[in-house]
Amino acid sequence: MDINLIIFSGLAIVMIVAAIFAVTSSKIMRATTNLLFVLFGTAGLYFFLHYTFLGAVQITVYAGGIVVLFIFAVLLIGKGSVDVTQTSLRRYLAGMATALTGMILTIYLIGNTDFASDKFNGEGVAIKELGMALMGTDKYNYILPFEVMSVLLLACTVGAIMIARKK
Amino acid sequence: MFDFTSMTTAIDSYLNSVLPSSAATLIECAIIAVCVIVAYLVFAIIMIFMERKVCAAFQCRLGPMRVGPWGLLQVFADVFKMLIKEIISIKNSDKILYNLAPFLVLMSSIITFSCLPFDKGLQVLDFNIGAFFIMAASSFGILGILLAGWSSNNKFSMIGAVRSGGQMISYELSMGLSILTLVVLSGTMQISEIVETQTKGWFIFTGHVPAFIAFIIYIIAGNAETNRAPFDLPEAESELTAGFHTEYSGMNFGFFYVAEFMNMFIIAGIASTLFLGGWAPLYVPGLEGFNSVMECIPGFVWFLAKTFFVIWLLMWIRWTFPRLRIDQVLALEWKYLVPIGLINLLIMTICVVMGWTF
Repeated sequence: MDINLIIFSGLAIVMIVAAIFAVTSSKIMRATTNLLFVLFGTAGLYFFLHYTFLGAVQITVYAGGIVVLFIFAVLLIGKGSVDVTQTSLRRYLAGMATALTGMILTIYLIGNTDFASDKFNGEGVAIKELGMALMGTDKYNYILPFEVMSVLLLACTVGAIMIARKK
Repeated sequence: MFDFTSMTTAIDSYLNSVLPSSAATLIECAIIAVCVIVAYLVFAIIMIFMERKVCAAFQCRLGPMRVGPWGLLQVFADVFKMLIKEIISIKNSDKILYNLAPFLVLMSSIITFSCLPFDKGLQVLDFNIGAFFIMAASSFGILGILLAGWSSNNKFSMIGAVRSGGQMISYELSMGLSILTLVVLSGTMQISEIVETQTKGWFIFTGHVPAFIAFIIYIIAGNAETNRAPFDLPEAESELTAGFHTEYSGMNFGFFYVAEFMNMFIIAGIASTLFLGGWAPLYVPGLEGFNSVMECIPGFVWFLAKTFFVIWLLMWIRWTFPRLRIDQVLALEWKYLVPIGLINLLIMTICVVMGWTF
């Protein structure tokens, strides 16, 4: 059997199992930990595609940032061991509808996207190209979104400090 | 300098000639995993022994002397004791997360460990984003600590974990900034290329003032990342018994202990790679005879010598300074180190753009 197929199936199985546990687990802390494994699996897929930059970003931002933030939030509200069981029928139905819409959208997109698999050269993108594209001002360069994002994050930081101040 | 890639390619081509390529890859993965874990444990044993002896020297003692000559077998006795201890299970704790937490910490530390360049070609992970990958891999060790503190169902563990999390997230920032300063100087993030550049002068000399400031910031932040004194209040014995690993016994505690020591080795290894040239020998422009003599010393000797020098610096700090309060720890990071780091990054960029480096 092809080694690529084995690696891909391994990652996919880990991700699917962890994702199912993440939504079905009744303890919020376990759900968060399972989410972590889904994110690791995604990072593994990026590394598998030799897109190391995105893989490292995935680990730093999601595993090392977002999940830590989730865990901190859970720790601070002190409800880590309380069961998050479903209470009302309306919420249940709304959740179902959202999940179904998401699934249909994903299947539609997978069916209608022309994946440029022939362009994959097994080497990934050079980090210099990425940097130039992120900081460039030409067409298909991303300096404006990058700066807008920075301003947004700055506003968030200032807002958080304003809320956290004692006065 | 001897290039280890010739050795690894020879093994690779031999395995590929006798086996199908997928089986060869699998076997190579297994061999590398075994090598990394063995090296990890060997260095952990050396580090624990060194810590005891250095600590003893700073406190005018002799340290362990009874087990074996100069107490050389003390660490093995400790490991054996740890292995035969009972692994207790805590009432009302989350068993899965409780048992998972040490492995998260260990995993993060082993992945970071495998990025270290021991010699030319003697490096397991060498991505084009190496320096960034090191930061990424070391960033999720916090999760293990937070989970350990929470799942122990103990207030002291919990406080220790939250303190540890807050401290590590904060200090990751100035650590990243000082690594970034050196990335600006080297112009690449690939670890092997960073070291290759330094065969013509270590960065701490070629980058002069900004590189030196970055080195100081890196050492302070590294000390905080490993939760060691003067930043050891996550596991402050006097107030929290032992912090996040209070409830762990036997080898589960041993994993945390080993990971903490190895994180110090990794911090020192990265410091020696980025600032002191990794396996690159000492190079003085103009002194050709001296340089050729220095090149006769093998690369891994250089790497280990520099790494243990930095470890010794870290231990010196650890046994010299008293513990900081939590507000002092956070003020030091956010009010001093981050602004200095940012300005230092700017200075380094100006130096590189203007060509003011050696």
